[in-house]
Amino acid sequence: MKQTLAAFAVGLVFGLGLVTSQMINPAKIIGFLNVAGDWDPTLAVVMASALATSFIGYRLVLARHAPLLDEAFHLPANTRIDRKLIIGAGVFGIGWGLSGLCPGPGVAASAVGGALPFVYLAAMLAGMRARDLVKL
Amino acid sequence: MDSFTPLSAAIGGFLIGAAAVLLMAFNGRIAGVSGIVAGVLSPAAGDWRWRAAFVAGLFAAPLVAWAVSGERPAIDFVHPLWAIIAGGLLVGFGARLGGGCTSGHGVCGMARLSKRSVVATATFMATAIATVTILNAATATVQ
Repeated sequence: MKQTLAAFAVGLVFGLGLVTSQMINPAKIIGFLNVAGDWDPTLAVVMASALATSFIGYRLVLARHAPLLDEAFHLPANTRIDRKLIIGAGVFGIGWGLSGLCPGPGVAASAVGGALPFVYLAAMLAGMRARDLVKL
Repeated sequence: MDSFTPLSAAIGGFLIGAAAVLLMAFNGRIAGVSGIVAGVLSPAAGDWRWRAAFVAGLFAAPLVAWAVSGERPAIDFVHPLWAIIAGGLLVGFGARLGGGCTSGHGVCGMARLSKRSVVATATFMATAIATVTILNAATATVQ
C-alpha cells in the first residue's frame, strides 16, 4: 500500500516536471530535434537539469543498504551492448521523431490533449505487444 | 529560437530528476516509463499495483497543473496522423527491444553512468534528429 502511494506521488511529480518544462508538447520535442531548422534547445536544458539532479540524488540514495519501502534496490543487471540495444534504441528514435512523443509524455498528454494522444498510446501498446511476438 | 524556454525547462527538469531519485529512495525502482507501462499490461508481473499507481500519477499531473494554473497545457502535434500512429508503434517496439526509453535510459541510466544507457541515448537522439530532418525536407519539397 505504501509503495503504491509513493509511486502515485512520484508519478505526479514526474508529470508536473513534464508539464512545467512543456515536454508533453510534441511541438517542443520536434523543435529540439529540428537541428537543421529553427532549433529550440529547451529539451537539452531539461535533460541537463534532470541528469544533474538524479546523478547527485542517486549517489545519496544508492549509498544506503535498501530503499525505504522495499528490501533491496531493483537495478538492471544487463550490461551488454548488443544488437538488440542498438536496433531498439534506433527504432525508438525514429518513432520519437515521427510523433514528437515518448512514453511518459504520451501518457501525460492523453489527459489534456484530446483524441490524438490516445491514438498514439494505442499504437505504442500495440508496438510493445509486437516486440513480445517477434523473435529477436 | 523564439520558443526557447530555459527557466521553466530547468525547473521541470529538476522535478523529473527528483521523481527519479524519489522512486529509487522509496521503492528501489528505476523510473523508466516504458518498462513501468509494459509491467502494467503483463499479467505475469505480480507488482502491477505500484506501476499502475505511477501511471495514474503521470496522467493526473497535467489535470492538476490545469486546475491550479487555470491554463490547459498545450499539446500541439506537428506531423500528420500517419506519423503519430507509426511513431507510437515504433516507440513501443523500440523501447521494449532496447530495454528503455527517454526516461529509463536518458535520465535514470545516464545518471547511473550505465554504458548501455549512454549508447542507447546517443542512438535514439541521432535517429530522431535524422527522422525530423528528413521529414521536414520531404515536406518542404512537396510544398
